[in-house]
Amino acid sequence: MNSALIIDAAYFLAAFLFIFGLKRMSSPITAPTGIRWAGLGMVVAVLASFLYTLDVEPDARPHLTTNVTLAIIALVLGFGWAWWSGKKVAMTAMPQMVALYNGMGGGAAAAIAAIELFGHKSHVGVGLALAVLGGLIGSISLSGSLIAWGKLDGRINKTLRLTGLQAINGTLLLVLVALGAYVVYMHGAVPAGILALFFALALFYGVMMTMPIGGADMPVVISLYNAFTGLAVGFEGYVLNNPALMIAGMVVGSAGTLLTLLMAKAMNRSVSNVLFSNFGAAGGEGDSEIEGSMKPADAGDAAINMRYASKVIIAPGYGLAVAQAQHKLYEFVKLLQANDVDVKFAIHPVAGRMPGHMNVLLAEAGVPYDIIFDMEDINAEFKEADVAVVIGANDTVNPAARTNKSSPIYGMPILNVDQAKQVYVVKRGQGKGYSGVENELFFRDNCNMVYGDAQKVMVEMIQAVKSLEGGH
Amino acid sequence: MEYTTTVLTGFVALYIFMLAAFTGFEIIGRVPAILHTPLMSGSNFIHGIVVVGALWALLNASSTLQQVVGFVGVLLGAGNAAGGYVVTERMLEMFKPSDKKKG
Repeated sequence: MNSALIIDAAYFLAAFLFIFGLKRMSSPITAPTGIRWAGLGMVVAVLASFLYTLDVEPDARPHLTTNVTLAIIALVLGFGWAWWSGKKVAMTAMPQMVALYNGMGGGAAAAIAAIELFGHKSHVGVGLALAVLGGLIGSISLSGSLIAWGKLDGRINKTLRLTGLQAINGTLLLVLVALGAYVVYMHGAVPAGILALFFALALFYGVMMTMPIGGADMPVVISLYNAFTGLAVGFEGYVLNNPALMIAGMVVGSAGTLLTLLMAKAMNRSVSNVLFSNFGAAGGEGDSEIEGSMKPADAGDAAINMRYASKVIIAPGYGLAVAQAQHKLYEFVKLLQANDVDVKFAIHPVAGRMPGHMNVLLAEAGVPYDIIFDMEDINAEFKEADVAVVIGANDTVNPAARTNKSSPIYGMPILNVDQAKQVYVVKRGQGKGYSGVENELFFRDNCNMVYGDAQKVMVEMIQAVKSLEGGH
Repeated sequence: MEYTTTVLTGFVALYIFMLAAFTGFEIIGRVPAILHTPLMSGSNFIHGIVVVGALWALLNASSTLQQVVGFVGVLLGAGNAAGGYVVTERMLEMFKPSDKKKG
């Protein structure tokens, strides 16, 4: 049997399984099998790649034993570490973990480019240009994703604000493009120093591009870098004449781009706005005094009110997950359901740290997905709801987004919780939301504040309803 | 007859890129928002295929520099693939419909 034939067939199978798997991932019913099919494709491709050992380039033959040993060590270490870290990461920390794994992929693509360029393996115009481009994008994705990971993980707290930063970044990018063009123009025959400078600057650019972006915008950035890595992988696939890399990379490149646009749209921002403006810097300026006062309510009273309601809608936010209160919340919801209360969850597109993150956090607590609704599907129902409960959410329920043109969040779509007959807001204190804007909702007549840690509040609510039943 | 790998250049490569780009666009376009996070993670896993390219580069390395960079490439690529798979599977496993018995 010819090893090249087996490798090509394996890659074809892998490419098929990737697309088939992604397709199945587009519905919650078939999604778990989707990732397994895609995983099978990966295993097939990696195993087949070891057939490369039968036919390596003449220069590499003396090193083959060392290279195979290195390959196995790298595979075991990489797979082992990532498997272990992926198993133990908390669901709340998922966005930064995805950023980290994504950066690693970008780094791998950059490494392939580095070997091609330093080893002078590519000489043809298009291949060389794509090697350079893939190296550039992969490097930016690597360092940028690491910064994004650091920021979301709370390791980097500083947000770089520098006058003229855009000019600096613009110049950097121009220099990078010029260096890349020079490499292509010289058919790759440039001193190693130039190539080293190229990669170093590309990594530095990724840092400079990500540092000024605030934590709230990070999901959009991670999604963008996900698309970047896909593109880099696709380009290096061309360089290596590897259709599996070309197809998988380009599928992710376009899917990631669309996902980035969807996320930015859900946050009512454009991608360029996320990348080139300092959100939050203007926060607080549009503040005007809001009339009325915040009225506190007792957790038990609120719970009993809900127990006798016929329709309750819950709007959870990231604060719920931070307090680890999802499980207690679902326990309370089950109590309400047992008393024939119609309970639904309303999810804002950016609830949690990225679109769909809140769904994952609720799913972790065992909340079935058919009582969880997207904003567009449930917003009309709030006016029929007896009670709306806001837990750990703030900006996503602020009516100022509809009316107050001076507010930084003006125009962002929000959950219409204020239209419910009664609103309870479970909140730790009187602080402002992520955007730093005061929330008008809290001052409305139909709104009461239940102060306290979300988990403690849920425990009190459960006890209140249970003690009521004990009295029957 | 001896089989030789087809070299994918020029328009053939361009066709592949174009069709793959549309495929990615179509798949994501119809996905409900609840699956956006797992799907981002899932697509993150898919580009972990880069490990295969890094493997080729490492196996064909002929200098210490190439071996070092290739080693790092395979290490990172393997991390991308395995990590992406584990977190995606963990997230998707948790999505469950309502219990039928209840009501």
